Amino acid sequence: MPLQELTPVATPYFFYGLSAVAVLSAIGVIMRRNPVHSAISLIFTLLSLAGLYLMLYAPFVAGVQIILYVGGIVVLFLFVIMLINIERMQREYQFNKQWLVGLLAAAVLGVLFVAVYVKGQAIFPQHAVRFPEQLNTQQVGKMLYVDYLLPFEIASLLLLVAIVGAVVMAKKRI
Amino acid sequence: MSDFLNYLNSNLTPGQAGAYLWVVIYILIIFAAVSVAVIAMNWLERKILAHMQVRLGPMRVGPHGLLQPFADALKLLLKEDIIPANADKLVFWMAPLVVVITAFTTYIVIPFGPTHAVTDMNIGILFMLGVASLGTLGIIMAGWASNSHYPLLGSLRSSAQMVSYEVAMGMAVVSAVLMTSLSGVGVYGIGPGGGDAIGTLSMIEIVRAQMNQHVWFIFKFFPLGLAAFGIFAIAMVAETNRAPFDLPEAESELTAGFHTEYSGFRWSLFFLAEYAAMIAVSSIAVTLWLGGWMRPFPHWLGGGAWDTAFSLFPALTFFFLAGLTLRTTVRMPKTSYFKIQKTGLGVFGLLLGGIGLVLLVPPVRDRIQDIYWFAIKVAGFMYLYIWYRGTFPRYRFDQLMSLGWKFMIPTGVAVLIATALVGVL
Repeated sequence: MPLQELTPVATPYFFYGLSAVAVLSAIGVIMRRNPVHSAISLIFTLLSLAGLYLMLYAPFVAGVQIILYVGGIVVLFLFVIMLINIERMQREYQFNKQWLVGLLAAAVLGVLFVAVYVKGQAIFPQHAVRFPEQLNTQQVGKMLYVDYLLPFEIASLLLLVAIVGAVVMAKKRI
Repeated sequence: MSDFLNYLNSNLTPGQAGAYLWVVIYILIIFAAVSVAVIAMNWLERKILAHMQVRLGPMRVGPHGLLQPFADALKLLLKEDIIPANADKLVFWMAPLVVVITAFTTYIVIPFGPTHAVTDMNIGILFMLGVASLGTLGIIMAGWASNSHYPLLGSLRSSAQMVSYEVAMGMAVVSAVLMTSLSGVGVYGIGPGGGDAIGTLSMIEIVRAQMNQHVWFIFKFFPLGLAAFGIFAIAMVAETNRAPFDLPEAESELTAGFHTEYSGFRWSLFFLAEYAAMIAVSSIAVTLWLGGWMRPFPHWLGGGAWDTAFSLFPALTFFFLAGLTLRTTVRMPKTSYFKIQKTGLGVFGLLLGGIGLVLLVPPVRDRIQDIYWFAIKVAGFMYLYIWYRGTFPRYRFDQLMSLGWKFMIPTGVAVLIATALVGVL
């Protein structure tokens, strides 16, 4: 089969559509009082991010995003949330009044975004390197297991330590 | 228009060729075919289960109950749609949709033939597993939104079960993907390689790798391929919540599990999604281990004469079915009460025979035989599903978990490591 570059159709529409869904549902995550609704909004955010990865010629990252984040992590979120008594939680008075810190953080992040938007042309290259779509996964594999083998193995060791730690903390008697 | 017809001469899937009209046509055909398959499965499951238990099964609606699925569908459509008083309306409404959409989205990458897939993705199998894992979300949402104890417990069980069996499933899949990169001919991969030695996740390329290596992956590195296939075959039953792992809907403990509160059309969506998901995971198993669309022995029994002989199989299957139907028609009671049934069954038999005749035409025969071999392998799995349900007692939840975590996952990892070792040696 000939290696071909996948040419996306109607790029701006898809980009703005996916971004709108991502932003709106991200707002939904923090605005909803019901944690289950927040978690479902989070799913939409993560899925539209996966779509954006696809547009950036990274199908492997998009697939992993769906499997790990949506299929794994959010399922576990929901699993925990379902066991909480939500009705009591919704009536409870929220006493974490940290809006000042939140506002400050948001302002700093906003300034960062604006700065990137203004100066972005100079900082980032105009076009990312494109691999033929058929070889994306193979390129990721080569990078991870040949070029960056040591950092990758160190990261996996770190994860292993974290898993063992979680088991030790969760289990009373080993 | 000429572009539209030109696609038929290309050897790419419509998604890759950029023939968007053909993409729509393929999607519609697949949707219709899967719906028909679900209807057929509904009838076959009740009939086969009944015969396994020495009963007759549905006999009243149509000859041998053939119209029973349609009667059931009509009943479900006309039934009142009940939403429990304290249910979370939005989530309750979304859950069946999520389950159905995810079940049908996986069909985009299933290769029914070298060109008979909606599209071929670089991440094919990863995409299928990812989208299939979204189905869990629908079940959790359904259980929680019903605001009732049985559905909640059912969906908790289901999510725990699916999350733990996904790991074992992933291990088995990775070992099959690994085999695509180990080129070489025959069971142990000795001899000159057929294709390139780059591994692949694409569904079509996985089947091509089996073609180039002259071996189905179930037989490769015997018994490693067989072990990986066995793990997948067990895990896929657990993933689709079918007997003997149907704890999320264990009738004796949880009435109907996560869909207790659903009725009418919404319930039928869950039903449709369950069967569509069963066909989808069976297709993964067929693609990864049973050679996908390949006919048996494409190399050993190769050559023009054998090709022609094997391409007659689809037509012969339909002739066999037609013969069976006509024999039943003749053997029906002679009283006048059975006149309508008898005519109907006779027409149905002739229709099957007519399809068989169409399949004999050479251009149709060549295009259809890939789909036929794929479908017949998937049908084998569907029969296994029914057989399991008629044979095995339901597992207890702790047995299910210890089987998953203490047996399947370690075996999966061991098979993966062994495959890598054998491949490198």
